[in-house]
Amino acid sequence: MGELTHNYYLVLGAVVFSIGAVGLLVRRNPLVMFMCVELMLNAVNLTFVGLAWGLNDIGGQVAVFFVMVVAAAEVVVGLAIVVAIMRRRDGATSDDLSALRG
Amino acid sequence: MIDFVYLVPLLPLLGFTTLVLFGRRLGEPAAGWLATAAIGGSFLSAVLTFFGLRSLEGEERVVTKTLFEWVPVGDFSVDVAFLVDPLSVAMILFVTGIGTLIHLYSIGYMHGDENYSKFFLYLNLFTFSMLMLVLGNNLLLTFLGWEGVGACSYFLISFWFTDEANASAGKKAFVTNRVGDWGFMVATFLAFATVGSIDYLTLNGTASQMSTPVVTGIVLLLFVGAMGKSAQFPLYLWLPDAMAGPTPVSALIHAATMVTSGVYLLTRVNGLLYEVTERAGWATNLIAWVGVGTALFAATIAVAQNDIKKVLAYSTVSQLGYMILAVGVGAYVAAIFHMVMHAFFKALLFLGSGSVIHGMDNDQDMRRYGGLQKLMPITAGTFIIGWLAIAGVPPFAGFWSKDEILLGAWDSGGLNGKALWLVGLITALLTAFYMSRQVFMTFFGRYRYNDPDASEVDEAWSAYLADAEATSVSASAAAAETAQAHTDAIAAHAEASEAFSTAKIDAATVSGDDEESAKKAIEAADRALTSSAEAEVETKESSEAASAAATTASVALGDAQAAESARSGPALGEPDDAGEAASFLPEAVAARAEHHPHESPWHMTAPLVVLAGLSIVGGILNLPFTKGLHFLEQWLEPALAHEHVVNASAATKWILAFVAIAAGAVGILVAAQTYLQHRRDPALVERPILADAWGYDRVVSAFMGGPGTKLFDAIAWFDATIIDGMVNGVATTVRDGGSVVRRLQSGFVRSYALGISLGSVALLVWFFVRTAA
Repeated sequence: MGELTHNYYLVLGAVVFSIGAVGLLVRRNPLVMFMCVELMLNAVNLTFVGLAWGLNDIGGQVAVFFVMVVAAAEVVVGLAIVVAIMRRRDGATSDDLSALRG
Repeated sequence: MIDFVYLVPLLPLLGFTTLVLFGRRLGEPAAGWLATAAIGGSFLSAVLTFFGLRSLEGEERVVTKTLFEWVPVGDFSVDVAFLVDPLSVAMILFVTGIGTLIHLYSIGYMHGDENYSKFFLYLNLFTFSMLMLVLGNNLLLTFLGWEGVGACSYFLISFWFTDEANASAGKKAFVTNRVGDWGFMVATFLAFATVGSIDYLTLNGTASQMSTPVVTGIVLLLFVGAMGKSAQFPLYLWLPDAMAGPTPVSALIHAATMVTSGVYLLTRVNGLLYEVTERAGWATNLIAWVGVGTALFAATIAVAQNDIKKVLAYSTVSQLGYMILAVGVGAYVAAIFHMVMHAFFKALLFLGSGSVIHGMDNDQDMRRYGGLQKLMPITAGTFIIGWLAIAGVPPFAGFWSKDEILLGAWDSGGLNGKALWLVGLITALLTAFYMSRQVFMTFFGRYRYNDPDASEVDEAWSAYLADAEATSVSASAAAAETAQAHTDAIAAHAEASEAFSTAKIDAATVSGDDEESAKKAIEAADRALTSSAEAEVETKESSEAASAAATTASVALGDAQAAESARSGPALGEPDDAGEAASFLPEAVAARAEHHPHESPWHMTAPLVVLAGLSIVGGILNLPFTKGLHFLEQWLEPALAHEHVVNASAATKWILAFVAIAAGAVGILVAAQTYLQHRRDPALVERPILADAWGYDRVVSAFMGGPGTKLFDAIAWFDATIIDGMVNGVATTVRDGGSVVRRLQSGFVRSYALGISLGSVALLVWFFVRTAA
């Protein structure tokens, strides 16, 4: 094994991001889609942190805090929507929720 | 005190609003008094404004009073602001002054009308609009008033709209004025596009920096607007028809105020007109010629009209022509002077004619008037003053102002100026003639109300002939019948004598009992023979009598026909006598004789007296003798960009004045010989072609109703299909495009996510490619 460089983090981030993106596209359960979105966000966080460490720049870590705050807020809104949907109908797949069709 | 100017348009507006809300409840006469009070207050405010302005010195007498900013668009801004200067103050003084008198007059004139309060509502709205037109400091605000007076004019011409003719006269006025308004609007656009400002002070101030085509274009387009409102050829057509409205309307709107707004507008932009005179003289010369041409044209028509209001209508067109002539030759003071004097005497004449019509049971035909000065002394006296004023008899008002215009025309230089003057002079002669004709026909001579018309006499004669013919036909029918009876009687007699002979022969051949019966048969045949002989004699007598009667009837018919064909028109000035056909005159003639003309009530005659006073002394405003007496000229000077200098010598002025007086005198004398002394046949001047207005109106109407309709239909088609089609086409394209694109909005979140992913990948690829290159 060679020396631990930030490239490993970047590759790992890319892999996690891709898993999240593919998951988002193929799954229909809104809850799972949510988790995929979280995966993607955290993959990005990972690259930020990795680069901040590798380049010795605190800016990347600051960005991570922003992303985490935004993600938390987004989860609150998103879960509230999911709960509201679950109350009105049993079970939820995203493809059923197409009332906003043009 | 200049701030009182705000009250001037505000009071009529308040009067209008009150009448809109409570007019019906106020009723007669309260609504009329309220409206009159509103205008009266407005007049007082105008007087106070005048004194306020007078207390300022010369050049300071041009004040702009801004109410609020109306149209702010980038650098361009239009205010609702009043331009208070000597010109606008002179206008508001006479608009509100004459307006008050005419409102007062209307209280009596409209008595008993079912839409009494509505009439005053319109009058107040009209006055408000007129004041906005006059006071506006920019073309747009003036245009607002311009359209306001146009709309009120339309409402009031067709005030008695249940009569089809009145309604279509209103429409004609409205439509004809649109042509002029087009000119006004395009002029405003042109000023906006080239100068970037439409207020009068800027326009007049920057006139010298405008290019010649622009300044000429603005002036000529505004002149098109003036042609419509001030009834100049070829757009004058609506004014004679506008007389369908109530007479106070004719006096206020169609003689004194609204129709002068074209002249006012041109005077308002006198800075532009001055530049045009300097650089493109043909344009102002065109204005002068249109003016004087209209003056002459309308005067020739007025000569042959029999409707008392039509004469005054054509006279108004003619006098407006004078004012336009004055504007064209640059004599703005003379134009305004004549405008004010004309407002005095023409309002007086119209109100006087209204009083006559009111007293004559709504009959407007002057041929049925005559001798009214004994029955309506106040109306006659004031009307005669108005007549002397318009005919140019010194020292009445019209003489001074008309003389100023003719002098201006003469002085405008060259042969052209002399020609303008000559046409104006001929018009003055005709004016004196037709106005004298009107006065003589109405107030002097014999009372002709119960005379039959020529057409009624013709009717009586044809009824008489028809009656004689019917008598003759029935008499000859009776003669034929009795002759037939006589023939029958002769045949019967012959038969009876035959029967008698047969009876005798029969008796000779029989004997015994039969002899007795044969004898009886002979006796019977004998009796029959005797009675048939008597019948023959009787029928012969009646047949002879009937044929004699038929002969008499046919002779009588012949006599009647001979009398009919031999009958000649009445001697000049004598009534048209139906002679032996008199008993066949239509009943209308006898019904008319029942009517007795009467003088009008005091609130109709009081305005007449005031206006007559003004028509006598009005000339004081601007007496020509010394510089010190030119009050109006000195007053107006700050509002005029350039002083108009008269070069003519004192001697020339005197000669011109005397020639003008002589022309007026000739007109009056010829009219007196024709209509008072009956030494000349009126038909010599009252030509059918003049009565028909040279056929111009008829030709235009025929065109508009015939081939014109197709043209306008084509334009309407173009508008509906091409113009609307373009607008609708854009809308349809957008809608159709939308209905295609909306399919992309599937509502499936994951397909949106796919779109975002693919898009991001595509963007990434694009960035890489760019950085690699």
